[in-house]
Amino acid sequence: MAHSHESNVKRIWTVFGILSVITIVEVALGIYKPDALFKTDLFKLNLLNWIFIILTVVKAYYIMWAFMHLEGEKSSFRWSIVAPMVFLIIYLVFILLMEGNYVYEVFNDSPYKWIF
Amino acid sequence: MAATVTTTTATTEKTWGGGNEPMGASYGKMMMWFFILSDALTFSGFLASYGFSRFKFMDTWPIADEVFTHFPFLHGVDAPMYYVALMTFILIFSSVTMVLAVDAGHQLKKTKVAIYMLLTILGGLVFLGSQAWEWKTFIKGEYGAIETTGGALLQFVDKEGERVNIDDFALSIPTERVNHTESNGIWFESSDRLGDHTVEEVVEGFKANPDVLIRTEWINEDKQKTILSREESLEKLQNAKLVVRGANLERNEYGHKLFADFFFFITGFHGFHVFSGVVLNIIIFFNVILGTYEKRKSYEMVEKVGLYWHFVDLVWVFVFTFFYLV
Repeated sequence: MAHSHESNVKRIWTVFGILSVITIVEVALGIYKPDALFKTDLFKLNLLNWIFIILTVVKAYYIMWAFMHLEGEKSSFRWSIVAPMVFLIIYLVFILLMEGNYVYEVFNDSPYKWIF
Repeated sequence: MAATVTTTTATTEKTWGGGNEPMGASYGKMMMWFFILSDALTFSGFLASYGFSRFKFMDTWPIADEVFTHFPFLHGVDAPMYYVALMTFILIFSSVTMVLAVDAGHQLKKTKVAIYMLLTILGGLVFLGSQAWEWKTFIKGEYGAIETTGGALLQFVDKEGERVNIDDFALSIPTERVNHTESNGIWFESSDRLGDHTVEEVVEGFKANPDVLIRTEWINEDKQKTILSREESLEKLQNAKLVVRGANLERNEYGHKLFADFFFFITGFHGFHVFSGVVLNIIIFFNVILGTYEKRKSYEMVEKVGLYWHFVDLVWVFVFTFFYLV
């Protein structure tokens, strides 16, 4: 870290390469949208979207660990940041998406038309 | 003074005099991290509410790669996502130059830090410019659409399913439309700006052009927007109420009204973060040039703004996924 004066340049360019490859894969998948992935659903989301989300989390991992240098911090510091973030985001997303889906069903099953 | 900013002198202070470094991180760095944590939760609140609305209107939400199809200097070329992908690369690359600046700072190489900081600032400015262009294209719109009395949006396509601009078929029927202005009213209110075409012109033009069909917001089993037959289209048009062109906070020609609101709010808030990041980087850049950190024998300040800059990149990675890909 700050006290060690050796250079991390090689690691930085490796991470840049990884991030670029992931982005290119994402864009390629987004443009071609293979039917096998796009039209197969898993828990209300199609497989393509699951792939996008997983790749995004991988990118976030590399940015936080390598660029923001969490890998060099003490693990107590690292987890005091990452643990609340991960827990609260999963919690929030879970609740809001469940609720959104519930409202969708109410709209869908009701005798009234909402958008016409 | 020095005790709060540099790591090297901080450790020599007494524990209760500010020299304590819990979890091995200096005060400034730790607080930057906790700020980032809270800001990350703010952004996840925005993105989660976007997800909420999208799940709520699952069947009618706009398809992103039909909305963002423009690339500068390529007129009429259908280029879904290339532009945002380019923007992502610009931001990731400016993150790389930032981390290289931090790395050079650890070795106390002043010139290298300055050069990398400058490159980072340039990357940030290019990104901001790209975003301005993206907004301009989004606000201006391209094809136009019709809104019905029920709030649904009707777009126009030809027999092959290609989008048709309403300018291409709308008739021009002479009317005496006057934009109501504040100065003519009893109350100081003005009407909405009159569009290029009246609803009547679009409807009559549609009737005169048998090749044009209506595309609704509904997504069918093939995960594409439903295209109506000619008869259904004519029936739908009886409810036409407004001609929509481009996007604003009330309505947009791309689909559901909330779509543009979320677009403006989330990318705008992110753009504001990029802007403040650029300002912070400029301040630190001048400090580097002036030799402030050279005197301190510590470039930790570069590391702190670096954290913020990477965070901006991190948020963009998520905005990119949830707005343009998913």
